[in-house]
Amino acid sequence: MQIYVCVKHVPDSAANIHVIDDIRIDPNLAFLLNPYDEHAVTEAVKIKEQHPEAEVIAVCLGPEDAENTVRSALAMGADRGILVQTDSIFDSIETARILHQTITDDGVPGMIWTGKESIDAEGMQTMFRIGALLDCPVATNVVQVALGDNKAVVDSERVGGVVYTYELDLPCVLGAGRGLNTPKYPTFPDVVKSKKKPVKTVSLDAGASSPDGASMKVVKLEPLIQTRTPKAMTGDPDTIAREIVTILLQEAKVIS
Amino acid sequence: MSNAAVIIELDGTGIKEANWGMVTMARMGGTPSEGTGDSKAGLIACIMTPVDDSMRSELESYGISTIVEVVLPQGLETNPDVSARALLSAVKAHQVSSVYGLSTALGKDLLPRMAALAGSPLVMDCFEADARTGMARTSQYSGKTLASIKMTGERIFFGVKPNSREPEKKPVSAEILRFDASDTAIQGLRVLDVQTGDQGKAVSLAEAEVIIAGGRGMKNAKNFDILVQCAEKLKAAVGASRVAVDSGWVPYAMQVGQTGEKVSPKVYIACGISGSIQHFAGMKMSGMVIALNTDENAAIMANCDYYAVADALEVIPAVTRILENG
Repeated sequence: MQIYVCVKHVPDSAANIHVIDDIRIDPNLAFLLNPYDEHAVTEAVKIKEQHPEAEVIAVCLGPEDAENTVRSALAMGADRGILVQTDSIFDSIETARILHQTITDDGVPGMIWTGKESIDAEGMQTMFRIGALLDCPVATNVVQVALGDNKAVVDSERVGGVVYTYELDLPCVLGAGRGLNTPKYPTFPDVVKSKKKPVKTVSLDAGASSPDGASMKVVKLEPLIQTRTPKAMTGDPDTIAREIVTILLQEAKVIS
Repeated sequence: MSNAAVIIELDGTGIKEANWGMVTMARMGGTPSEGTGDSKAGLIACIMTPVDDSMRSELESYGISTIVEVVLPQGLETNPDVSARALLSAVKAHQVSSVYGLSTALGKDLLPRMAALAGSPLVMDCFEADARTGMARTSQYSGKTLASIKMTGERIFFGVKPNSREPEKKPVSAEILRFDASDTAIQGLRVLDVQTGDQGKAVSLAEAEVIIAGGRGMKNAKNFDILVQCAEKLKAAVGASRVAVDSGWVPYAMQVGQTGEKVSPKVYIACGISGSIQHFAGMKMSGMVIALNTDENAAIMANCDYYAVADALEVIPAVTRILENG
């Protein structure tokens, strides 16, 4: 079985983001493997440990530097990588088409993993689009998975402890959630070994965009500037509590 | 084709409060005729349950002129893939060009399925949505930027962040139509079980008007009871920082932040939370931030509306007492 893991090259969450040209971010900052994708890679590698015949392939759409992100996935245990190299930024409709095309050109997916969202665009939809293109079932925010006979049984967490248990026919597309596992951070020998693993770079050919013109384009990006001016509340705990209640009542009007 | 539709979310008792702000947004920016005097195009509400008189009058009071009851296959009501296919058939049958849904836990499993099946654009977590222009605004890069996104296509989808807009009433009268989707088939995804969990009945983070969240300063799991008791009085949801979930004090589902829930309450009360950049990523869209921390140098103290250098473990029980006794 081939297990494909879609990995995204995203800015480090701790980095300061600078907007340039009102439309994109200054790319001169640290990029890394999208945190949710780390859970996806870790789970795919865990499945391979139980099913040694499986192959784990990391697939990434991104610039030349994104090879580092693919290598991170390899250091975490993926067998090989594919980088679809481009400097363009694609919406999730195009991204799903490119990833789907790349995966089906390469092999026969038994499972496709993504993170439940990327921390840059935060679109939360690419996994569903890949599933629709492949005409196969999808579950997101997956926190547990068990493979059966041509089936996967997964727990998909909604919110506040509400968990849906789904049975999905294979192939399926799964979006990894944070509760799925603890990512396996690579050791130094893992990193050394990953450098010898193959990464195929393919250039992007035309035909990615939606034939019916459906698209979503960022037309303006602006820094979110905080304009809060902190006011101090002082006194003993009772006095502060009274002030909070007054604020909730009179200013925020969330209680009556 | 210029109809706008809203997908109405239900809770155990009826129509969720969070719908009305979305309906108002869809009405103001969702109907091309709004303000032009054309009364033909109205707002459609798709609802996956039989509509009784009280639901009908509520929907009418917010400007819904057509109610479409979508009849799901019996026994498959909890299957999000079946719901998505049924709702998509319903909006197609009613020539809907823009679909609004809530960016809630349910919405996150439903709207992307619909948009993917339709091959249509979708922006999740938008706090502005205008069907006339196809424009949506949302935050990107962990809440560090605001993005204006232009959608094009024969049908577009908006996932609206709860509390993004104050609800406004606009009474109209509505007709109720049935859309029979009871023949929608299962396609590869079956629901085996739904576990509601302990928090199932509590207020959800995504929709809460008020959130009380605890961090390192809560010290242990037991102390979260203090926040829960206060939250009950405030009808608030309880959240947590990454430190609190990583320490095992509360489940992951309660985490607010970059790798947790992105919330937008009217008031966010941060108790013993230092306010890392990753935590801000999840709560900076809050209307008002009140911070309680014993460390006056905590980052959150410089980036909030009200702060007190105090122990939340002493202040919050006092808040609860005041709310109880006046």
